Amino acid sequence: MRHIISLIMENESGALSRVAGLFSARGYNIESLTVAPTEDPSLSRMTIVTFGSEEIIEQITKQLNKLVDVVKLADITEGNHIERELMLIKVRATDAQQRSEMKRLTDIFRGRIIDVTDTTYVIELTGTCEKLDAFIEAIDNDNIMETVRSGVSGIARGEKSLGLNTN
Amino acid sequence: MELNGADIVVQFLKDEGVEYVFGYPGGAVLHIYDALFKQEDVKHILVRHEQGATHAADGYARATGKPGVVLVTSGPGATNAITGIATAYMDSIPMVIITGQVVTAYIGSDAFQEVDSVGISRPCVKHNFLVKEASQLASTLKKAFYIASTGRPGPVVVDIPKDITDPSIKVPYEYPKDVSMRSYNPTVKGHPGQVKRAAELILSAKRPMIYSGGGVILSGADKELIDFTQKLGYPITNTLMGLGGYPGTDKQFVGMLGMHGTYEANMAMHDCDVLIAVGARFDDRVTGDVKHFCPHAKIIHIDIDPSSISKNVRVDIPIVGDVKQVLSDLIGEIKSSKTKVDKDALGKWWQQIDEWRGKDCLRYNRDSELIKPQYVIEKLYEITGGDAYVTSDVGQHQMWAAQFYKFKSPYHWINSGGLGTMGFGLPSAIGAKLAHPDADVACVTGEASIQMCIQELSTAMQYMTPVKILSLNNRYMGMVRQWQEFFYESRYSHSYMEALPDFVKLAESYGHVGMRIEKPGDVEGAIREAFAMKDRLVFLDFITDKTENVYPMIAAGKAHNQMHLSSERDLA
Repeated sequence: MRHIISLIMENESGALSRVAGLFSARGYNIESLTVAPTEDPSLSRMTIVTFGSEEIIEQITKQLNKLVDVVKLADITEGNHIERELMLIKVRATDAQQRSEMKRLTDIFRGRIIDVTDTTYVIELTGTCEKLDAFIEAIDNDNIMETVRSGVSGIARGEKSLGLNTN
Repeated sequence: MELNGADIVVQFLKDEGVEYVFGYPGGAVLHIYDALFKQEDVKHILVRHEQGATHAADGYARATGKPGVVLVTSGPGATNAITGIATAYMDSIPMVIITGQVVTAYIGSDAFQEVDSVGISRPCVKHNFLVKEASQLASTLKKAFYIASTGRPGPVVVDIPKDITDPSIKVPYEYPKDVSMRSYNPTVKGHPGQVKRAAELILSAKRPMIYSGGGVILSGADKELIDFTQKLGYPITNTLMGLGGYPGTDKQFVGMLGMHGTYEANMAMHDCDVLIAVGARFDDRVTGDVKHFCPHAKIIHIDIDPSSISKNVRVDIPIVGDVKQVLSDLIGEIKSSKTKVDKDALGKWWQQIDEWRGKDCLRYNRDSELIKPQYVIEKLYEITGGDAYVTSDVGQHQMWAAQFYKFKSPYHWINSGGLGTMGFGLPSAIGAKLAHPDADVACVTGEASIQMCIQELSTAMQYMTPVKILSLNNRYMGMVRQWQEFFYESRYSHSYMEALPDFVKLAESYGHVGMRIEKPGDVEGAIREAFAMKDRLVFLDFITDKTENVYPMIAAGKAHNQMHLSSERDLA
């Protein structure tokens, strides 16, 4: 089963390597990992997408919680949640037909073209992993020059929050 | 008061109440060594190899319950310390290891004696720090001691670049009395609902079993455990790390469990209907095949580390908390509960256990003309009255010490259970002897293990730590030989110790006393003589039966009821 684990940790050097090291040392899978400081710059928020049996996910959350730098943690896939990933994709766009086709597909997927040259477009697209996958599927593979994906960011719906002042 | 970084380190250690620092100087820690030189409160023990420093500090910690402190230089000083750090980590021993680091500006430049100590130690520490400002030294060290000694204890590394301890840079110093960390708050008190449920299950048991581990010793919960066990009248087994947590001489004690545990302990585990795991972590050497582990039992697990719960074996009632606190809460619940112990069922259960005991599973040939290693341990136990601090190395001798020395109280059995580090015995004995200068300290070892930290004989001479070394010399890496006999058709691949030194002369060359004992009849006299020499380290080289194996034995991955009792008495 795929799980999204959100955690708040001290924004200190080496904190990321403690998390990454834990996953490799214990043989857990990481599908994606994103990290950035929060509104409080002394804290970082990390989103880890992982998969495994219920037992393994339980161990992962316990082991992460055990890290001295980790302040708070939640498996947001346990409840209603929203997840988004950002993708930047550079595609070849040389002739008129190619350019209009790319524009049309970008519109359908509610993306934006954010860089244009004589021969290329850079398209920005946000959504679930499935949506980004679908966009890649939809365009001709030969036209893709480069894709950059941010990894998943996730947040619980409603009143639930991982902030330090709430439960 | 304003102090430089080096003086802050030493002043802090003094304010923290640190008695001994085990270490070895080198470039990156020279400022700190200079600060040590100027005072006499914090005593420094110069080892002969950094691995010895960590084991000695570890032995001190295990013998006292207080954190052991290590000071080593950067690069090779830090890497040599890693084995000892990992040893402490696996057994949850509180330690603070101060490693020197190259000056901040050189970090990452492959400078002389530079190694990423924080990176290298990360997988085998509870936590580690790189100090970036002299003004953060005191608070960082305070956090290190706090983290090392609270919750599930463990080693903490504090890496200090040389410029941080520069004598010319002074910063204000005040001993930080308190520490609070928003990200680190171990749970101490067990959930009352869980405690209540556990008490009811415990009282409803027909065939109960208490299985206690090193957590009892780390938590100082031996009195509560004795009270709990004796109030109920239930049988109790200890893990290798838990020995001494319950008196080994008591009739309710059924011996150690696991791979080389007693027949009665393992059979009782297999047949019990309620298992009460107290500060134990279901290690593979204890459980054997987890699929067939306690197949009939409901399991209660008390542990301070939530990640230990349901890691290897699913449990029915987990209680996260400090064992001492939870046991005393449980005792309260049991006293006030309307449910009472089922005396009839318990009587029948004890009948069955006594029948298993009747097998006398630790029996060995007492008529041999060769010295039997078990006999040496029995005599050690008799002569020291069960009061000695006993350290061990790793292998057959470790198992015999665990089986035949009946530990009466905690902190007395000091061995590397989790990591299984050869070379642990002698330096940890030095640490234990420094902690308890008036007590008998014995290091049970073998001719293979002792050579892994033999250089510490020199440390023992310098600081007059008269421990007694009992080497069960069978001219083999005994446990390796045993596995090769059982599982590799007696192909003894590189397990034979050729070109052994003359240990008597070796001991003498360090200024100690050496004795070689070759006949069973001389064993007792030699041990008595050694312990009578209160101020001398004595190296007893027992030439033992080289074919002796450790029994009972459960092969790796087998169930508790599949035990070999001896070469003649096969599957139970």
